[in-house]
Amino acid sequence: MMASRQGERVLSFMVRRLILAVFTVVAISMLSFLIIHLPPGDFVTTYIANQAANGGTVSAEAAAKLRAQYGLDQPVYVQYLKWMGLIASGNFGMAMEYQLPVAQVIGDRLWMTVAVSVGALIFTWLVALPIGIYTAVRQRSILDYVFTFIGFIGLAVPNFLLALLVLYFGFKYFNANIGGLFKPEFADAPWSWAKFQDLLGHMPIPAVVLGMAATAAQIRIMRANLLDEKRKPYVVSARVRGLPEYRVILKYPVRVALNPFASTIGYTLPFIVSGSVIVSIVLSLPTVGPLLFKALIALDMFLAGTIILMLGVLTVIGTLLSDLLLMWLDPRIRLEG
Amino acid sequence: MDSPGVKTPLLSVRGLQTQFLADEGTVRAVDGVSFDVYPGQTLGVVGESGCGKSVTAHSILRIVEAPGRIVAGRILLRRDATELDLVALSPNGRVMRSIRTGVIGYVFQEPMSAFSPVHTIGNQICEAIQLHRRVNTREARERGIELLRRVGIPRAEHRMDEYAFQLSGGLRQRALIAMALSCDPQLLIADEPTTALDVTTQAQILELLADLQAQNGMAIMLITHNLGVVAEMADDVVVMYLGRVVEQGPVDELFYAPRHPYTQLLLKSIPSVHSTRRAKLPTIAGSVPHPYSRPAGCPFHPRCPSFMPGTCDVHDPRLLPVEGQQFASCFLYQPAPASAPVADGSVTSSLS
Amino acid sequence: MRVEEPLARGSADPEAAIITEAEERISVAPQWQLMWWRFRKHKLALVSTALVICFYLVVGFADFLAYADPHASEAQRSLIAPQSVHLLDEGRLSPYVEGLAGARDPLTFKRVYVPDPSVKVPLTFFAPGFAYRLFGVIPMDRHLIGVAGENNTPENSLFILGTDDQGRDQWSRLMYATQVSLLIGLVSVVISLVLGVLLGGLSGYIGGTTDTVIQRVIEILRSIPTIPLWMGLAASVPKDWDIVRVFFVMTLIFSLFSWTELARVVRGRFLSLRHEDFVTAAELVGCSRLRIIFRHLVPSFLSHIIAATTLSLPAIIIFETSLSFLGLGMRPPGLSWGVMLQAASNVQTAAVSPWLLLPAIPVTVAILAFNFLGDGLRDAADPYGV
Repeated sequence: MMASRQGERVLSFMVRRLILAVFTVVAISMLSFLIIHLPPGDFVTTYIANQAANGGTVSAEAAAKLRAQYGLDQPVYVQYLKWMGLIASGNFGMAMEYQLPVAQVIGDRLWMTVAVSVGALIFTWLVALPIGIYTAVRQRSILDYVFTFIGFIGLAVPNFLLALLVLYFGFKYFNANIGGLFKPEFADAPWSWAKFQDLLGHMPIPAVVLGMAATAAQIRIMRANLLDEKRKPYVVSARVRGLPEYRVILKYPVRVALNPFASTIGYTLPFIVSGSVIVSIVLSLPTVGPLLFKALIALDMFLAGTIILMLGVLTVIGTLLSDLLLMWLDPRIRLEG
Repeated sequence: MDSPGVKTPLLSVRGLQTQFLADEGTVRAVDGVSFDVYPGQTLGVVGESGCGKSVTAHSILRIVEAPGRIVAGRILLRRDATELDLVALSPNGRVMRSIRTGVIGYVFQEPMSAFSPVHTIGNQICEAIQLHRRVNTREARERGIELLRRVGIPRAEHRMDEYAFQLSGGLRQRALIAMALSCDPQLLIADEPTTALDVTTQAQILELLADLQAQNGMAIMLITHNLGVVAEMADDVVVMYLGRVVEQGPVDELFYAPRHPYTQLLLKSIPSVHSTRRAKLPTIAGSVPHPYSRPAGCPFHPRCPSFMPGTCDVHDPRLLPVEGQQFASCFLYQPAPASAPVADGSVTSSLS
Repeated sequence: MRVEEPLARGSADPEAAIITEAEERISVAPQWQLMWWRFRKHKLALVSTALVICFYLVVGFADFLAYADPHASEAQRSLIAPQSVHLLDEGRLSPYVEGLAGARDPLTFKRVYVPDPSVKVPLTFFAPGFAYRLFGVIPMDRHLIGVAGENNTPENSLFILGTDDQGRDQWSRLMYATQVSLLIGLVSVVISLVLGVLLGGLSGYIGGTTDTVIQRVIEILRSIPTIPLWMGLAASVPKDWDIVRVFFVMTLIFSLFSWTELARVVRGRFLSLRHEDFVTAAELVGCSRLRIIFRHLVPSFLSHIIAATTLSLPAIIIFETSLSFLGLGMRPPGLSWGVMLQAASNVQTAAVSPWLLLPAIPVTVAILAFNFLGDGLRDAADPYGV
């Protein structure tokens, strides 16, 4: 009886988050649509001009067919719906530069973006949590100042700059070309255990560069929350029960401070995915970032718009998953709804 | 072991001084406090907010937080013919930790915030049990359920798996008491156990405490500012003001013949059903001084109706017997010393 | 009716507890005074305030502080290393730099410039240079420092921070880049502030459906990854627009997303204050809604708004710098920190001419300074904080 009430609350919570997620995806799709059609001229004219520049031609009926397919002579909302329909059937359009379907051009890169983003997130959690706890418990110790200083770097240096500096120092002092996610021999090879290991080996630098800013922010949040919680009566109560000090801290205030910490995950993910675009351009990673950049410069709008849409959806899914995590962590949400 | 007629106290506090060092100055929260707690008896510690009652309790349990520290005094705990000075122990050491809840239990004032919001009550009670007794999880849980029943919580097996915010105020306080008693302590320190509760619940909780004391034979140190509670529960009373004990004695003597002017004023300020109509409620003039600006000499002298200039504002009175078991720290009952106060370290004789 | 006798007898003054002079000052000080005292304790925030003031002095006096035309490119002077300024010339205080002598690089046969210790180029203050209008109004031609004499020949020039690959003086470019980057930040923040206060205030004060709708919009905007969207929007800005229009479009784009943070803060404040007794009292007295908002509510959280606004600047600086670095934000001939850093995006180039990375320093310092300043303001404004 109690369990079903809990189950109800969990369900209603998830349903609410799902509805919000759907709205977010719709909003993103509209924004992506807007971006696709912002540049002057319509898609087909640009396509024809592009073809002409490459020495090819487009027949009048091919042009008319394209126009009909995308509904370019019809009102905006019809165009939007047509595009949504095309996407639902798996047709993301043509990438002009490559003369290939968008889906094919994007290929593995989306998964690479996921891999790098997840890597950065894991780095953030692994580092921010212990450091945050440590600096709250051992205030004004030497390590506290060291960590605070590193935190400032993460806070103040934009991630592209960090990537640039890493490349610079790597090149200047180690004569190494840092960048990319795979050794040349693995770059286009099919997936294998060895390729996966290669990926893991190359992961640290992009993950650290990408995660620094988020880590710095999370450390401050964890530290502030823990300092607040440490002073509360239930911590004294734990001490009064006879617990050793380290268990007093780890079992009680840390556990409570984890909640606001976890709730920031929902906003860390868009931040990291966002940042991965620029960092992967600087570090030449085989993710969606450099592709988007080139597409924008060439005004290859369907490619660009689709990438933006996919990044958005990716983020929403990730945020939804983190909401699940939050709900598991905090019994108050489960029980009070 | 005890000679007939002479009881050995379970806990003896001698000259305890606990201070807080802040930027603006040093707060002498506990300024030379001594008292005894006897097994099976209840000691009431009375005083206004800020007089140092809670800090005394925290000092006994060695949970005073920085920037506070115990600077002087001894806290002697007697168990099995051994005497342990709690001040000399390391606060996070094994011995002190085994005493907390194992020998001395503590009941908080605010039951809601004394429980972790993300752990079940059962989790916290069993944790206490398993810290001090060699039992497995199942036995600990059974003991926990039995404890909850003993303090009068219905459906104890279900309550074990609930969170603090799911219980009412009265039930929470009972659960807190259960947790404090989980390891059969010899002394229970109850810090304002009824202040956060409504009157009916207050009465129930006090009754519960009295019952448990009769069952276990444990001593209770009851900290409160409510004289009514003291009258009902305590055997002996200690009255504190600004970190010092100003009066001490058996409860009946204290209520019928208070010696120290502060105690007298406190008792007079209790509203009474028997007072005449439209009589003004007596109050104590002035207010408790700021902790950074303690008056010299007797701390109460600025508000005392029996203030004696030249004596009370210069010398420190000592807690001395007045009659029978009553002690008071007042120059009405002791001669003023002939020499200048020792406070500044120099002793010069003066013409009296 | 019997009156009880007063209990206090004796000559002792019950109020003998003297209120110290410090306490007296505290109890009568106005709110801003209290905030200032609290703020003063935060040493880091004080230093940051000084830094921020310096930055905005640069914004105002960029023309004066620069000494060379930031757009004057001279291929022959490309990639000259920063010259060290010597303060003492044979014991006398007379700042100078070593002149540059032309030489041919043996490997590339290109003309390069190396420092020639035998030639001393003296420096003067308030030296004449290119003409400009201070604050866009006052015509001047003096600059902070410059070379005494002809400033045209490469052998007789000043390059405090070196030159870039087009031979443009980095110091002067940095002055103008600082001006642009910080101005974009300022304008964006003001727009965000207006949007945030308006929408957050409506949301918090009116509540109900308006609140829910605006709340959802904010949540949606916060969960969208912003950089790809910005890149897309920025890329759509036509390439032939002039710099001023690009500038304003950029600020608009940034504001479109950063108002959400401010709106959240404002809404939170409104929500918590709406039910305060002083608001009820004002309503009972008959104040209009508008008056309650502006005369009663806003002053009580003004300090929090200022703190939140200051704290939102760093994010805008980061995004502008990132986008301009990619070439999607401010673009040449426009100048900003990001545009300057774009010159260092090629690692090999940067390895040879590390001074191209120098704009990283003002970026980092500015972000840190605004963060500390915002922290200090927030701590001073919040009496119950840590």
